[in-house]
Amino acid sequence: MNKNTKIVLSVLLVVGLLVLPFLFKNYRVFQFNLVVIYAIAVLGLNMLTGFNGQISLGHGAFYAVGAYTAAVLMDKAGMPYWATLPFAGVVCFGFGFLMGFPALRLGGHYLALATYAFALAVPQLLKYKHIEGWTGGVQGIVLSKPEPPFSFRFLDQPLSADRWLYFFSLAVAALMFLLAWNLLRGRIGRALIAIRDHPIAATAMGVNLPVFKSMAFGVSAAFTGVAGALGAICVAFVSPDSFTVLLSITLLVGVVVGGLASIPGAIFGAAFIQFIPNIADEISKSAPWAIYGAVLIGLMYLMPSGVMGLLRTIAAKLRPAKAAASTRG
Amino acid sequence: MDAFLHQIFSGLANGCIYGSVALALVMIYQATHHINFAQGEMATFSTFIAWALINSGWPYWAAFFATVAISFVAGVLVQRIILRPVEKAPVLTNVIVFIGLLVIFNSLAGWIFEHTIKSFPSPFAQKGMLATSIFSAHELGSALVMLCVLLALYAFFKFTPVGLAMRAAAQNPDSARLVGIRVSWMLAVGWGLAAAIGAVAGMMVAPVVYLDPNMMGGILLYGFAAALLGGIDNPGGAVLGGFIVGVLENLLGAYVIGTELKLSVALVMIVGILTLKPNGLFGKHVVTRV
Repeated sequence: MNKNTKIVLSVLLVVGLLVLPFLFKNYRVFQFNLVVIYAIAVLGLNMLTGFNGQISLGHGAFYAVGAYTAAVLMDKAGMPYWATLPFAGVVCFGFGFLMGFPALRLGGHYLALATYAFALAVPQLLKYKHIEGWTGGVQGIVLSKPEPPFSFRFLDQPLSADRWLYFFSLAVAALMFLLAWNLLRGRIGRALIAIRDHPIAATAMGVNLPVFKSMAFGVSAAFTGVAGALGAICVAFVSPDSFTVLLSITLLVGVVVGGLASIPGAIFGAAFIQFIPNIADEISKSAPWAIYGAVLIGLMYLMPSGVMGLLRTIAAKLRPAKAAASTRG
Repeated sequence: MDAFLHQIFSGLANGCIYGSVALALVMIYQATHHINFAQGEMATFSTFIAWALINSGWPYWAAFFATVAISFVAGVLVQRIILRPVEKAPVLTNVIVFIGLLVIFNSLAGWIFEHTIKSFPSPFAQKGMLATSIFSAHELGSALVMLCVLLALYAFFKFTPVGLAMRAAAQNPDSARLVGIRVSWMLAVGWGLAAAIGAVAGMMVAPVVYLDPNMMGGILLYGFAAALLGGIDNPGGAVLGGFIVGVLENLLGAYVIGTELKLSVALVMIVGILTLKPNGLFGKHVVTRV
């Protein structure tokens, strides 16, 4: 692929993403919106589990903390929706960093266990009656969807609240992906991967293990928290029971499907966890989860590097053939 | 005073359940160094099988033993079919496979038996001779059943050739293979036993918490806490840990923080034990060489 085709393809992609919401009904746009949001959350988890090798089964809890931070700030402090995102990020960074400390002493299974306990405990904590004044207890908090700041029509469709939010989350997601890419492609990313592959060797090379591991936990939690805040704004409702341990497992499914340690994979993973349940729901209420389980185990056997791994393999198979053809011709 | 004693005794009764879930976890951990996240959902699924058998007219104890046998076979099959291919894979792969199993068992239970909450019969008559003022018949009965299971397991490991072979396979797989023990099958038997113990625990707890696909979620968490407290590689410690956790949970729930934060108590226990005393009270201290 030369430079020009790359530019053309990226322009096409951007135009496609911008036109997309005007081609579909509001509900579909809402679903696309959730895909974008899940992509940020999955990316956050992937930074930790895929790149740094720390297993977290509790990222749904950070998503919940982000969502509640945004909801409480909007509902109680009257903050505009866009201003809540940095707060959600910072609060979750704090929680993640704190969680990162015990994580330093816990490897593999134990960390998975501790984070799993965290994910199970958070819905109960959110219902706790002494903070009910803030969190709304079992009822949760109902928000109102932000109105678009300006209005126009395109392809005969108005800029509805959902479409506006789609553009808003898309912008946030672009920013977050850029941030992640910059963070992971350089020295920090290499250090994280080194810690995952061989912690002792990494220490010997001068990587500060405790700092990098707890920072990775914090940053990962912050990403997922921002996604949670966006989710709260977009769904306009938070309640403890929407953030059960199953949410954490869903995010893990997203990471595994998209491909461990792959940034663009997060998008495939997010699309999978948004649309597959919708399709499978028609068979039975339990079918989505049966499919999730089968996909988790199946991918581990057959395609441990997920969709991105598959794409990479296909690309690698095509390339030598092309190169051979060009030298011959 | 009576109320306090009642709290202690029902804590001990719960502790039996936690202890046996912890024991099931320890069985699998000892043999494979994996923590079975699907343990709770497997037990729930077994309990649903028992429920279906009882509803189709089987007498309680026939259904009980049939369920234990079915669970044992199912546990062996799960190990042979699903876990054997990833036996030597990295931790992350294993955790993901376990989570996959958890999700599959949970959704199958919901799919086949539906999500409505069901009542599950207790074999111990409410007004029977076992009931007194400080504990109910079911509490005492389930504690007795769990103790029988523990004794049977102890005898199995101590006095039978298969039990000895299983201990050898867990302690030193390479040498065990050299003396002709089929180590891989020993792991499968361990899985079967764990599934069977889980089934008993599930059937004993179902009359108290009612039966639905998510029944074991919280109990599994307490089982984890118990196993960690006793030392994850020590069966006796796991049972004792179960008793401690059960009593602690009941006393804290009744007098200190109330019942609504029960899962957070488990979380604090797990994180606390793992950070302060990672080997538990009776666990071996593990030293890794570079």
